[in-house]
Amino acid sequence: MSAVPSDRANHRPGIRIDPSGRGVLRLHGDWTLRLLTPQIRAIRQHLRTAPPDARWVLDEVTRLDSFGAVLLWQAWRRAWPADLSLPDDLRALFEEIAASDRQPLPQQGLRTPADHLVLLGRAALHFRDHVLDFVRLFGGIVLDFLHLLRTPQDWPLREISANVFKVGVRAMPVAALVGFLIGVALSYLSALQLRAYGADVFIVNILGLGIIRELGPVLVSVLVAGRSGSAMTAQLGVMRVTEEIDALAAMGVSRSLRLVLPKVIALSIAMPLLVLWTSAMALFGGMVSASLQLGLTYGFFIETLPGVVPLANLYIALSKGFVFGLLIALIACHFGLRVKPNTESLSANTTASVVSAITIVILVDAIFAIATRTIGVPF
Amino acid sequence: MSTPIVDLQGIVTRFGDLLVHDGLELKVERGDIVSLIGGSGSGKTTLLRHLIGLTAPVSGTVMMFGEPLLSGAQHEQRARRRRFGVLFQQGALFSALNVSQNIAFPLRELRVASQAEIDALVLRKLAMVELEPAHALLMPSELSGGMIKRVALARALALEPELLLLDEPTAGLDPDLSLSFVELIRSLHRRLHLTIVLVTHDIDTLMALSTKVAVLADRKIVSCAPVEETIALDHPFVSRFFKAVIDRRRIAPVAGVQD
Repeated sequence: MSAVPSDRANHRPGIRIDPSGRGVLRLHGDWTLRLLTPQIRAIRQHLRTAPPDARWVLDEVTRLDSFGAVLLWQAWRRAWPADLSLPDDLRALFEEIAASDRQPLPQQGLRTPADHLVLLGRAALHFRDHVLDFVRLFGGIVLDFLHLLRTPQDWPLREISANVFKVGVRAMPVAALVGFLIGVALSYLSALQLRAYGADVFIVNILGLGIIRELGPVLVSVLVAGRSGSAMTAQLGVMRVTEEIDALAAMGVSRSLRLVLPKVIALSIAMPLLVLWTSAMALFGGMVSASLQLGLTYGFFIETLPGVVPLANLYIALSKGFVFGLLIALIACHFGLRVKPNTESLSANTTASVVSAITIVILVDAIFAIATRTIGVPF
Repeated sequence: MSTPIVDLQGIVTRFGDLLVHDGLELKVERGDIVSLIGGSGSGKTTLLRHLIGLTAPVSGTVMMFGEPLLSGAQHEQRARRRRFGVLFQQGALFSALNVSQNIAFPLRELRVASQAEIDALVLRKLAMVELEPAHALLMPSELSGGMIKRVALARALALEPELLLLDEPTAGLDPDLSLSFVELIRSLHRRLHLTIVLVTHDIDTLMALSTKVAVLADRKIVSCAPVEETIALDHPFVSRFFKAVIDRRRIAPVAGVQD
């Protein structure tokens, strides 16, 4: 009786169990991965039900590859069956399987409590490395800057201008859109509350202070960290993978002067301008919304604004923009230079760059809020 | 006569205005090791990419195992692709996976073998390419050039292919390593009854491996014959290609000038 439908013509593998009932398994056909794949379930089923003391007859097996041999070896519970009829040309393959089976494949071990302690320690050291590297990078930039002050002909002006265009000008449309919509949303929500108290005119104070002092710089930072910070990290990372950074060093060109400094200076210049642009757009959005919701005219809004928002707020916003830009660029370059030559490291560092940049910007923003709490608040 | 493993019929490839292949024909019989040679820019790698199915010719048919490569339903095409293994020039190991995961990857994707079987097969493949089980946990970035080639070869062999496509198998290896790699390929060819198509620039590799040499010149395969016949061929590219070896052998003793 045929256990698995057999088809000798195209070498389909199969198992025939002898009708005598003494547990004789006759294998036939090509025991290869390709031909076993379509009927692997049936074959496994038959191998599993084979009695431990079965007689295995492999004389009719036409071809055998390592998958077929491993399949049988596992069915034999990784030992030679007591009763086996095996042609010599197939025996060699089984012997090889048996030989490599003696040395198990090393596995990544499970973690013990001690390992967790080690991991914690490693994480702490890792963090220290990051901090030291970051300080070193910042120090390098400062030294480069001093060097440039003494030798003005070394200024990488082309790179700086290209970077200003890339991180500043190219970011303007998206910054404008986001700013405008946030302004509309903020104004709409505030208007609902203010109208309940009949305090409509204070919408100018709320929008002016909130957007210029807080929301504008933070909003732009998040946008720029996601847009330009990730691009900088990825660019430096890829240059590292393709050994371009090593090539620069081999030519005696300073990587911090040519790659890092232009990015840092460009973003420090572009960020305050972007903050100005985005805040203006957000105020415009708020103004449009206020005129539709509360009937405040544009003229009233614009006239009231300088009165209720002291000029100091604008200076705070611009210095925030400068500091955030500096930080985002430094963080992006720091992670970019840490990329190791593999794809995993590139993606991990790009993610880390964006997340750290946004976190640190918000942290520094809190410090700004505390440090400037007495400046520029009219009441 | 059995159907050829690879049968290229009237292949025409064009990149913009540049005609790369013009009515190219090539047959590879079961058990052959065919070396593809040709000047740089003659379209060897493009031809190999046609064979893998990464690109398709403008016209003509790529027949693999007696069927057009890009015909039939998705699962049929996939099944056909599993019948050949490819060794890319740089190895193309997945850098996020370690050695054993790289070799196990095609087997895992197939969802036929159990974990224990996969482990046993990975061990088997490692032994086949003469690597130690201890190397299984290394990451590709920790491997030397020779080891990358071996792991990539083990991965190409994971699905028990009948045909192996090698792109510059010995490029970037030093002469000693490249000799042992050639030996390895030769012994695998014998033991696993493989058919092999390789692209190479390296004369030593070509002499040691090929049963046939296919010469790609003038946008066609101008000859596909055993090495001796190819050397005797009267074609400008062929005589230049092999003349280099003969010259090198003649120059060698002179090179050691005393001073």
